[in-house]
Amino acid sequence: MSPTATDLVRRVASRVTTPLLPDDYLKLINPLWTARELRGKVVEVLPETDDAATIVIKPGWGFRADYQPGQYVGIGVDRDGKWHWRSYSISSTPDAGENTVSITVKAMPEGFISDHLVRDLEPGTIVRLALPQGEFVLPDPPPAKVLFWTGGSGITPVMSMLRTFDRRDTMPDVVHVHSAPSREQAIFRDERLALTEKYDGRLRSVENFDDEHGILDVTKLEDACPDWRDRQAWVCGPAPMLEAAEKHWAAAGLIKHLHIERFSANLTASATGGHVTFAKSGKEADLDGATTLLEAGEAAGVQMPFGCRMGICHTCVLPLKKGIVKDLRNGAEYQENQNIQTCVTAAAGDCVIEI
Amino acid sequence: MAISDVASFAHLSPEEVEELGREFDQIRRDIESSRGAKDAAYIRNLIAIHRKLVVGGRVTLFASSFPPAWIAGTAMLAAGKILENMEIGHNVMHGQWDWMNDPEIHSGTWEWDTTCPAEQWKHSHNYVHHTYTNVIGKDNDVGYGILRVTSDQKWHPANLGQPVYNALLALLFEWGVALHDLDIEAIRKREKDPVEMKRQLKGIWRKVRKQVAKDYLIFPALTGPQFVSTLTANATANVIRNLWSYAIIFCGHFPDGAEKFTEAELENETQAEWYLRQLLGSANFSGSRFMHIASGSLGYQIEHHLFPDLPSNRYPEIAERVKALCEKYDLPYTIGPMYRQYGQVLRTLMRLSLPGKQRDAAPEPPEPHHKRATPAELRNYPGPKAPQASAA
Repeated sequence: MSPTATDLVRRVASRVTTPLLPDDYLKLINPLWTARELRGKVVEVLPETDDAATIVIKPGWGFRADYQPGQYVGIGVDRDGKWHWRSYSISSTPDAGENTVSITVKAMPEGFISDHLVRDLEPGTIVRLALPQGEFVLPDPPPAKVLFWTGGSGITPVMSMLRTFDRRDTMPDVVHVHSAPSREQAIFRDERLALTEKYDGRLRSVENFDDEHGILDVTKLEDACPDWRDRQAWVCGPAPMLEAAEKHWAAAGLIKHLHIERFSANLTASATGGHVTFAKSGKEADLDGATTLLEAGEAAGVQMPFGCRMGICHTCVLPLKKGIVKDLRNGAEYQENQNIQTCVTAAAGDCVIEI
Repeated sequence: MAISDVASFAHLSPEEVEELGREFDQIRRDIESSRGAKDAAYIRNLIAIHRKLVVGGRVTLFASSFPPAWIAGTAMLAAGKILENMEIGHNVMHGQWDWMNDPEIHSGTWEWDTTCPAEQWKHSHNYVHHTYTNVIGKDNDVGYGILRVTSDQKWHPANLGQPVYNALLALLFEWGVALHDLDIEAIRKREKDPVEMKRQLKGIWRKVRKQVAKDYLIFPALTGPQFVSTLTANATANVIRNLWSYAIIFCGHFPDGAEKFTEAELENETQAEWYLRQLLGSANFSGSRFMHIASGSLGYQIEHHLFPDLPSNRYPEIAERVKALCEKYDLPYTIGPMYRQYGQVLRTLMRLSLPGKQRDAAPEPPEPHHKRATPAELRNYPGPKAPQASAA
């Protein structure tokens, strides 16, 4: 059925189910038969290392499977009756011909959700999903010469790209420099080495294990990939690594060659905190200076819009009606009547947000 | 007479009122910090039951010309509508489940199976009624703009028709609710903003059109030659829901002991005084767990008015703590079996259709605040009883 025919059937059926949607009844038969809130079923949880796992999810109705390698997906999990949302890069390839999507998660210390996903998630669990998005993608066709520089679990979006090259048999000239804390903690190591073997001459893989080789800095990167200036680079990893990359490429006047993906916003600035009022919903909260307005709104039960949750996509933008908020990434202040990104801002005194 | 100062009515000093307020705040904090998977399961289960009842009812009515199927289908549909409107819809729209962070069970998105648009309900009920509860001239739920429910409302010859209006309102309750936010009183006094009224009427019309089409056209038509019997079944289910919700809702603030207030009470009212007004202005009724769920937990009207946005499944445990506080502060806690509460409402409505005051509905202030219950007395407290405090 074409989407328009489906839409028509839906519209007619919703006349019968009003004020609910047909989905509200169909999901009683199969929890995935609803497009009202995107859902997925956890099919498998595959351990990758001691503290990382790949979660294979079968999406329900309404999920667009035509994501691009490198994009991320929002995932919501129910913990003690409450939905918690995070974003993770997709590690699977859209070309695998399977109706599943995979994310690879590393359990962070004190990571309330990441730890749960890696260690406690049972196959069969229903999770919520947000549509794939993100600009960390390759052009089609890919550039002739590519550099991937990844650190830790920053390999996940790049793995999706490598798998896609493999599927489509379009592997360009790739140098992949990957650093991990140790050999044991290197995610996807076997698959990466197998691909390197298969595409000998086209894909070159350089590994750096911090405990054996020390931290991989830009000098070492230049050694590993001397022709880095000739390559389009996709870089994903911890914040200090990304900052170093930005400086390095900018200094060479090649910032246009650099594509970076943050997997967490670097929220180091602090605000004073304050009393926040969510004007339309009438909810309120007292905040410290480290809690983002998005987290605060969700905890107070406000339906906050959100996307990447790391200050990139601007889905979460809301008008600030009163007060001052601070951007936790850089300390920038926003005044009343400005639009603010709630996922990276915190209260600097009492403020009112229009939602 | 309506009360103009809750504290002096309750014989409490301002300090005692504030102390009581802090005790209520503590109840709220305790419940808020203990909401979890069990509470979420409660509302999700009820929602699943509602949907199964609706499907069961609608499917059964495909044989609506067969009388037993008509009866069973109508019963399931009526039960579904009652459950959805009362325990689910009303409470979800209060934001009782917003903490779950689930857009499908959220006050911002819920639309209920009745002709009143959720958006207008949230204004007339959550805001106007729950803020200005029982304040004559501010709370439109005091008589809904058509009934005289307290001697403080001036008699008008039109009140002679009250027994008839009451019966009609009961039968057509859903429609009364749909028009409620228009504020009949304001329209009568020609104080209503015509632009706002047009906007509201549009909203009502959009909702009504869909509801009426579903129950009185589409479903009857789907059952083909049984059009008429399905139509009567759907209409009956709606009327059963109307009668039930009317009766439950009238037991909330119109029985004896649920006090009314004047606008003077609102001046400089503190949060603690607001709590006290909610407590004095509401009436509970007793019943089984099933009865309470079927009545949208409005048998816990007092608890609902103190904490309108705490999950309704927690009201029974909140009630225990509220009763203990009433005992401690010598405050009335109005409760009785539903038939008695409704009997009092009916008697008041009949009496007040005639001019003059109602003799036995005059508020009786609680006994002066003579002593505090000791912890042992609180522990041995046998449970709810008649509102008057024990003799000095």
